[in-house]
Amino acid sequence: MIAIIKYNAGNIKSVQNALNRLGYESVITDDVETLLNADKVIFPGVGEASTAMNYLKEKGLDEVIQSIKQPFLGICLGLQLMCKSSEEGNTECLGIFDATVKLFPPEEKVPHMGWNNFENLQGELFEGVDINDNVYYVHSYYAESCKETVAMCDYIKPFSAALQKDNFYATQFHPEKSASIGEQILKNFLKL
Amino acid sequence: MLKKRIIPCLDIKDGRTVKGINFVDIKDAGDPIELAKQYVEQGADELVFLDITATVENRKTLVDLVQQIAKEINIPFTVGGGINSVEDVSNLIKAGADKVSVNSSAVKRPELITEIAQEFGSQCMVVAIDTKFENDEWKVFVHGGRTPTPLKTVDWAKQIEKLGGGEILLTSMNNDGTKNGFALDITKQVSDAVNIPVIASGGAGSKKHFKDVFEKTGATGGLAASIFHYGEIPIPELKKYLNEQKIAIRI
Repeated sequence: MIAIIKYNAGNIKSVQNALNRLGYESVITDDVETLLNADKVIFPGVGEASTAMNYLKEKGLDEVIQSIKQPFLGICLGLQLMCKSSEEGNTECLGIFDATVKLFPPEEKVPHMGWNNFENLQGELFEGVDINDNVYYVHSYYAESCKETVAMCDYIKPFSAALQKDNFYATQFHPEKSASIGEQILKNFLKL
Repeated sequence: MLKKRIIPCLDIKDGRTVKGINFVDIKDAGDPIELAKQYVEQGADELVFLDITATVENRKTLVDLVQQIAKEINIPFTVGGGINSVEDVSNLIKAGADKVSVNSSAVKRPELITEIAQEFGSQCMVVAIDTKFENDEWKVFVHGGRTPTPLKTVDWAKQIEKLGGGEILLTSMNNDGTKNGFALDITKQVSDAVNIPVIASGGAGSKKHFKDVFEKTGATGGLAASIFHYGEIPIPELKKYLNEQKIAIRI
């Protein structure tokens, strides 16, 4: 069973829909036992960092996430919450990745919204994926590059399009909304 | 590099698409899901569903439809039409819409933009502006373009950004339906005035019109309805052309 972490960050259902299309069953839950016993855990989310982080702490989910040993995938705000800290609401985050999250300077349109490609792809997540492929991004904050960066994207600043450390994977883009390329990336994760 | 977005718009009435559809291999031309799937296969970057009935009785039909669309479609989509409250938005987002668009209701009560943005994030808050050039000025119109307002288009766009709007969908009523091209001047004025993405709408009749709007204005997306529905400009052909013209596009 795949568990999708239920918390106060919008449109979690779209990840479940994407998994259904790929033929995988999943459950949206904040139950600690279910999360700890799932085959895979997905941590999606669109929303505001400090509000989301406070909610995770209230529910004790921050510690649960850090203790998960199965393949774990953070998406968008999920990725940002897995970093050290975020400028958004001056939030101390989960600290899985050694990156800080910053607000894009207003040199171009913010949010970075739409289809963009990536480069320096590393690891299993990107099997069968090419640097010229495009995925869907929508975010105003970005994770700086760090030693756990496994894909880079460039918009105003070069930033981490994906991160990985041990069993923890994360993408800034939305694989669940990125047509066939996104499906390939999700499949790669689900195969782990 | 961030790509320019090609966005087909589907008008929905009582859960069905309206306007004729000219696709081959489509079982039911009135079925929004069938049509949406075709667009996804053709390479549409996003979809907009505009509910043009938007009566109270039909809201539930729309929410059910959004739920179905969300199950089937693997690209982002926006739902608009008749959204008046945070509760309306909540129902649509919970059903799986990625973004919602508001128009007249935001002009009537601008705080609605802030309320929605605070609850669901700016990224899902699209504000649609219907604008018309009259007496030497671009002004905002509401109620499907029937009612003039005193708002100047660029001023309203700036206010939308300040209030927390995440994107502006700008339709020129002078151009809409003419197939003579997008309104380049106001699209440029608005996209220069705000730092949020602007989608140009109204007037697309040729592939070159998309090239023009992307080259001559800061629009990050181009929206059209009939030219896609009637197959006058197939999306793959449009994208191939734009790519050859060195416009950053997702192929």
